[in-house]
Amino acid sequence: MSHAVSTDIHAPSSGTNYLNNGYGLRSWLLTRDHKRIAILYLISVSVFFFIGGIMAMLIRLELLTPEGDLLQADTYNRVFSMHGISMVFFFLIPSIPAVLGNFLVPLMIGAKDLAFPRINLLSWYLYIFGGAFTLWAMIHGGVDTGWTFYTPLSTQYAQGQVMMAGIGVFIAGFSSILTGLNFVVTIHRMRAPGMTWFRMPLFVWSQYATSLIMLLGTPVIAVTLLMLVAERAFHLGLFDPRLGGDPVLFQHLFWFYSHPAVYIMVLPAMGVVSELVAAFSRKPIFGYKIMAVAVLAIAVLGFLVWGHHMFVSGQSIYASTVFSLLSMLVAIPSAVKVFNWTATLYEGSVSWDTPMLYALGFIGLFTIGGLTGVMIATLGIDVHLHDTYFIVAHFHYVMVGGTIMAYLGGLHYWWPKITGRKYKPFWAKVSAMLVFVGFNLTFFPQFLLGYMGMPRRYWSYAPEFQVLNVLSTAGASILALGYLLPAIYFTWSMRYGEKAEDNPWGAVGLEWQTSSPPPTFNFHETPIVTHDAYDYHHQRPTIAAKGEASLG
Amino acid sequence: MVNPAPGQASAGVAGHAAHPALQHHFDTLEQQKESASLGMWMFLVTEVLFFGGLFATYVLYRLRFPGVFAEASHHLNVPMGALNTGVLICSSLTMALAIYAAQVNKKKSIAPWLIATILLGVTFLVVKAFEYKEKFTHHLVPGPNFDLTQFSPDHARPAEMFFSLYFVMTGVHALHMIIGIGLLSWLVVQSRKGRFDSTYYNPLEMTGLYWHFVDIVWIFLFPLLYLLGYHAR
Amino acid sequence: MRSELQLFPDAASSLAGQVDALYLVWAAVSVFFSVLIAVLLVFFFVKYKRRNEDDIGQEEREAPLLEIAWSVIPLMICLVMFVWGTRIFFDIYRPPSDAQEYFAVGKQWMWKFQHPEGVREINDLHVPVGQAIKVTMTSEDVIHSLYVPAFRTKQDAVPGRYTTLWFKATKAGTYHLFCAEYCGTEHSRMIGHVIAMEPRDYEQWLSGSPAGKTPVASGAQLFQTFACDTCHRDAKDPRPARAPQLAGLYGRDVTFADGGSAKADDTYLRESILNPGAKLVAGWQPIMPTFQGQISEEQLAALLAYIKSLEGTPQQASAGGNGAAADRGTL
Repeated sequence: MSHAVSTDIHAPSSGTNYLNNGYGLRSWLLTRDHKRIAILYLISVSVFFFIGGIMAMLIRLELLTPEGDLLQADTYNRVFSMHGISMVFFFLIPSIPAVLGNFLVPLMIGAKDLAFPRINLLSWYLYIFGGAFTLWAMIHGGVDTGWTFYTPLSTQYAQGQVMMAGIGVFIAGFSSILTGLNFVVTIHRMRAPGMTWFRMPLFVWSQYATSLIMLLGTPVIAVTLLMLVAERAFHLGLFDPRLGGDPVLFQHLFWFYSHPAVYIMVLPAMGVVSELVAAFSRKPIFGYKIMAVAVLAIAVLGFLVWGHHMFVSGQSIYASTVFSLLSMLVAIPSAVKVFNWTATLYEGSVSWDTPMLYALGFIGLFTIGGLTGVMIATLGIDVHLHDTYFIVAHFHYVMVGGTIMAYLGGLHYWWPKITGRKYKPFWAKVSAMLVFVGFNLTFFPQFLLGYMGMPRRYWSYAPEFQVLNVLSTAGASILALGYLLPAIYFTWSMRYGEKAEDNPWGAVGLEWQTSSPPPTFNFHETPIVTHDAYDYHHQRPTIAAKGEASLG
Repeated sequence: MVNPAPGQASAGVAGHAAHPALQHHFDTLEQQKESASLGMWMFLVTEVLFFGGLFATYVLYRLRFPGVFAEASHHLNVPMGALNTGVLICSSLTMALAIYAAQVNKKKSIAPWLIATILLGVTFLVVKAFEYKEKFTHHLVPGPNFDLTQFSPDHARPAEMFFSLYFVMTGVHALHMIIGIGLLSWLVVQSRKGRFDSTYYNPLEMTGLYWHFVDIVWIFLFPLLYLLGYHAR
Repeated sequence: MRSELQLFPDAASSLAGQVDALYLVWAAVSVFFSVLIAVLLVFFFVKYKRRNEDDIGQEEREAPLLEIAWSVIPLMICLVMFVWGTRIFFDIYRPPSDAQEYFAVGKQWMWKFQHPEGVREINDLHVPVGQAIKVTMTSEDVIHSLYVPAFRTKQDAVPGRYTTLWFKATKAGTYHLFCAEYCGTEHSRMIGHVIAMEPRDYEQWLSGSPAGKTPVASGAQLFQTFACDTCHRDAKDPRPARAPQLAGLYGRDVTFADGGSAKADDTYLRESILNPGAKLVAGWQPIMPTFQGQISEEQLAALLAYIKSLEGTPQQASAGGNGAAADRGTL
């Protein structure tokens, strides 16, 4: 199959790369090139991000006033459910792994492709297929269960298209299982000569840990959703109290996946930030090995803490005690990571380019998200804060302040590699500032609202909550602008942007040693790795990097 | 080069004359095979967790309603279940023989053993279909038509749940069988084309792993659903 | 209730102060670490700004002490907060023995309450200040959650089982009562108020309300209506018993025919009424009909209140009488 392009492998820096190697629709939709599949994912997760974003804007507009006056209660419920479902299952979970991970894992370990290119393409189709089901459900009335699908609301009382959405998420789950499987095998079997485990970039480590969670957690939610759909369709009584079933069992099964899923979302972000901090400080990450072990530790501990979503569900108070303690232990590797990133800047050569701004934003916001996470892992406080806006604020600090910051930072960092073009740094910096300010204005007031006692998923609320809600909505508008700008200048750069050098940042790492954009099989010849990751001292970048300064 | 990557160390084994089955992004056939087998094992781990969710649900409810589950299991057809257990064990044997035929380069016997495996798999599904039909005619399918009067009055509702579990668990298992039969049929076509021999029989081995796994799931399902509590009649 | 900007909720229960103290200490710790990280980041960002395009950072330094410090200090803080938080949590979920028993049912989309004196309310709950109040609750449909922010407490109401929550109001006033677990279309309208009143005002309010029967009294009546008393006979009844006596049963351990045992708590009694055969008491025949679908949550609660009110020493199954396993012929 690959005869037509195999001649390119040895062509030194000819103009051929993975982007101009075929232009037809078939060359994209039937591609097995991990980089092209990454682009397919980039486009599709962006679609879901904007769908979820529009829903978020509707939520914020509705909450401008205490009365429910913009939307009907039922519409509002469907809007926030679809916001959660599209953002969690169709944007956050695939975002960094399926876009950046797909593009970078083989490049970073010096492989020609992922181990199973066809399965990789299959996983994108599964994602699209699952997404199509979910979009169908959205168009035909939506879902009013929240993204958590709690029984018996979802099985007996909800009116929306629960089954279609459930099937959509179920299918998308297999997409993420296959992606995880591909990454694990690739990282185990396809590293270039000399690329030992402890020479791998931390991004690869984080993808490895994430993949393990995808492999071990996703099947459980898949089978749980299957039971839920079967119960709704055929009236099987697995979670129905009238047949002796237990609705709380659903919560256990759901969170057994969905808590680790939080780490599916945030571990890759940590990997991205490690790359950014190292590249823009031109220093090895402080405590590299501990950083690698810490991601694995978080991945393992992540499977033992699901019960902290259920402190007020009526679960045994002793079980809650154990879950609380284990949840706090997750804080230790997370804290170590934050301190290590900070220490990496010390005596570094710190550049002020856009990706670094995002990285710093991530560290700060993740710190707040993490600390408030330990707060609500504390039993005595969580009883009050559970299901309030405090929880909403906390997980948005981790998911939006953490994951999306890192995703945007990563996109800005690798954009020249992915597209071979540069974007305008001025606008990039403006958008980074807008995102940071808008984000904090949106979500910080929600901490206060939560402690005041405003429950989440409320369509109308008591008047004393209004001032903080108005602030939050104002912030959301700024945030929306901050997200729109990159969509514009990235698109612009693909056509009009200045051509990028192979290594515009002067960074080490195998992905910068090949051309921008890389050839179809990534390297003109298989690289041989002779240094540790981020070893700037022994690998002083050969290209005098100008970074964004050349454009600014 | 402190610690060469797996597969790279033995580069050159197949390097000069690439095997037709070697995919472009692997260096050696061995690396390709190791990758496939690691991938398959990983996949089976996800399958264990997939069924694990069902088994966990089963165990929790069985602990909650031991008497009900024992009573309900008497409405299952043990001889048919036992027959199917035998059928699946035989099919695992024929699957193993197909792989063995490839290993010893008896290319002609691969397809017949695969076809035998398919036939046994189909037999299993046919027997299963008869069992399902029996449940339908006896009104033991959960839902509005479930006949509660066949059980002692306070057992009826949880008994309905037992049958919910029965249908979900055996249904998901049967779905795996169908997928397996699809894979086997594809292998029959490939082996007829002479794709497999002692140097390359990777797809056979991977499908075999999958097939054995599906058998093992049944080996757990049969006693859990049919036999536990059987003596209490 | 006020409508101007408020940044901290009312605190009106005996536990609110403790929760607030824990929260404020945690908030201070969080602010400290967030500011520390932010200051360090900005300081390094400015101080080590890249001067020349091909500058690289200094070689990494080892700082084992620092690393140990920033692993151990967070661990210590977490452990202290864990112990503190767990103690408060146990206080929140362990009602004192003198608590008055209230009953609540959540349904889409309202809260139904019943006072021990029999008064019923919807969405509003009047309580006396200074009196510990235990609310036993369940749900008729989906999962709801009873939440009173001013009392810093919350508990899910789960269909098919009982859960409890308790509080002691310390300040008279009107406080929000929310459903915190998303429960469908009108979730945000499943709200009401807790009205904490001085005991004297409360008595006055009670006497002015249409008094229903007390739960115990209506339970006693239901016990006859459903003909429970034909089998669950009184100890003084000369006829041979056909079912276990219920006097003094509550809170004791029960042994089942299949060898298991459990404490006779609310959830057990509830299950035994709805689904009697599932956990048959050793020594008795499964003759009791199921009441699933024939009895409302309020009636169940009343029956439970009545059973709990029966005092006496329960007789465990007579050892000689009915051989348990042999007689389970219907099984």
